[in-house]
Amino acid sequence: MSDGIVYWLQQILNALQLGSIYALIALGYTMVYGILTMINFAHGDVFMIGAFFCFLAATALGLPFAPTLLLTILGTALLGVVIERLAYKPLRNAPRVSAIITALGVGLFLENFTLALAPYPKNIPPLLENVTWNLGGVSLSSLQVIIIFLSLGLMLVLDYVVHRTPVGMAMRAISWDKTFVPLMGIPVNLIISITFAIGAGLAGAAGTMYALAYPVIDPYMGIMVGWKAFISAVVGGIGNIRGAMIGAFILGGVEIMVAAFFPSTYRDFVVFSLLLLLIVIRPYGILGQPRVQKV
Amino acid sequence: MNALLRNHWEWLLEQRWLLPGLLGIGFVLAFAIPEYNLLNKYVQLVLMYLGINIILAVSLNLVNGYMGEFSLAHAGFMAVGAYTAALLTMKVLPMAAYPGLFPLAVLAGGLAAALMGLIVAIPSFKVRGDYLAIITLAFLMIVKSVIENIDYIGGPRGIPGIKRLTTLPWVFFWVVVSVWVVRNFVYSKYGRGVLSIREDEIASDLMSVNTRRVKFLAFMTSSFFAGIAGALFAHLLQFISPRVFDIIKTTDILIMVYLGGIASITGSIIGATLYTVLLEILRPSTVAGLLSWLPAMVFDPLNEYFIRHLGVWRMVIMPLLLVLVMLYWPRGIMGLREFRGFIPRRDREAHHRLTTPEKRGTP
Repeated sequence: MSDGIVYWLQQILNALQLGSIYALIALGYTMVYGILTMINFAHGDVFMIGAFFCFLAATALGLPFAPTLLLTILGTALLGVVIERLAYKPLRNAPRVSAIITALGVGLFLENFTLALAPYPKNIPPLLENVTWNLGGVSLSSLQVIIIFLSLGLMLVLDYVVHRTPVGMAMRAISWDKTFVPLMGIPVNLIISITFAIGAGLAGAAGTMYALAYPVIDPYMGIMVGWKAFISAVVGGIGNIRGAMIGAFILGGVEIMVAAFFPSTYRDFVVFSLLLLLIVIRPYGILGQPRVQKV
Repeated sequence: MNALLRNHWEWLLEQRWLLPGLLGIGFVLAFAIPEYNLLNKYVQLVLMYLGINIILAVSLNLVNGYMGEFSLAHAGFMAVGAYTAALLTMKVLPMAAYPGLFPLAVLAGGLAAALMGLIVAIPSFKVRGDYLAIITLAFLMIVKSVIENIDYIGGPRGIPGIKRLTTLPWVFFWVVVSVWVVRNFVYSKYGRGVLSIREDEIASDLMSVNTRRVKFLAFMTSSFFAGIAGALFAHLLQFISPRVFDIIKTTDILIMVYLGGIASITGSIIGATLYTVLLEILRPSTVAGLLSWLPAMVFDPLNEYFIRHLGVWRMVIMPLLLVLVMLYWPRGIMGLREFRGFIPRRDREAHHRLTTPEKRGTP
């Protein structure tokens, strides 16, 4: 293959890896927004906690990859439910902005609490034996394959759950109408808890994979990745699950391509300028539907 | 007794000399404190940061509280003001010959930030709510990224060695100006437009409120004072870099606004004061100083385990406090209420009726 094509394929592979991590986090943002119309700003920090759970499971408990991933997902899912019960549930009927500020506060709390316990960046031990294959010049590592396929698998499962199961039907019902759904016998609180558990669990999975791909973790890593994932959700049309996946891969692609062709310091500038343009042109995202406002 | 006190209070609020009197005393104090060192240097510094935080909170409240948008761009406007003013005093204006040019630099910082406010104001004509919040976030990130990529202004390393030109009288002056302008804006014709946009934009458009002009003015005023605060901040901290003005700085200002309460000038002042003072009090050295009267038997073990590590834990305590305040007072401490002295006489009755729903005629 010619050098140009090899280079492009390599970049596409990198974009898929980054995009799948963004997608897993973006799903949590978009699911919570869909149900509560609330931006859960603490979500990026749940992702960070996921990376730290992974670190703890791998070093303190010395577990291999699969149990580490499982424990991390369970841990963050529990954390998500606890946060929702303690901090967001009492504010469900309060002004929307109070919930957003509370979420910011919870996020700051998680960051600084982790910082107080772990003041220095941590190194994640290699949990997987990393094999690199060379396919006609394109190098493909086993880690990349695992990240991409595991994320895609999780997304397919989620898509199935949301569109084909009773729980998913209840979720969609709540996001459709909050007044009459409880009258139909749907346990709203339980469904909201399940939503938070799924969202946070996916963020935990993303944290584990991110920690394996970029092995130095610190308490502030969730801020930027969280915002980027949030942007993915908005680009796709917030509240729309398939939109969040598409948005994440677009954002991952744009980031990798900008870094490949410009100095890497231009990355944020280009990404955020594109975002600004997109919102001005299409304020409801790629798959979102414009809502009619009534007076 | 209580009634008597309240009567005196009412009488005091009615006096026309009250405001000029208080301002006069304030200015005399602002000049006297640094001149005669009435308070120690550290307290003076905290007072100046407090003033800057009040300007930031009051101006952000105009957009986030009164207009009901969720702007995350305040630190970006601050950065524009800070960089403009710092470059003016360091590279353009002959500061060595004319130190009196400092207010010009501050004003230029504010104007530059107001001009940048257009970038957020124009999309706000079309985009609202969460999507406008994203636009403001994008603006903040773009400002940061642009500064990082211009080598002439220090890039990611920032500008060190700015002269310390911010003084207590200047900070006090700008606090007074920002509170005065925001207060008059809010209770003017345009201010009613701002409130009507918060309640229902389409309806206010139909009621012939010029929503574009109102949004335009609100965003420009808000970003102007953010720029002023940034300029003062740069000449107090004496070092600025893009990292100083990141999303964490915006979060700080948001916390001050929502802690104090939305749509309340008094609330913003209280929020900024509480936040600034609490963070300072929770410093290990301050707490050690405050508790030093305890007998050594009690103090030493406390100092050993708690106070020494407070530097890290205070950043854990603050967000926890914020979450608790939000849970128990979802509107913040002064949400939608206002100190009566800030409300024009003609509006007091209406404002009172608005904020005490239990006294309304309808059940």
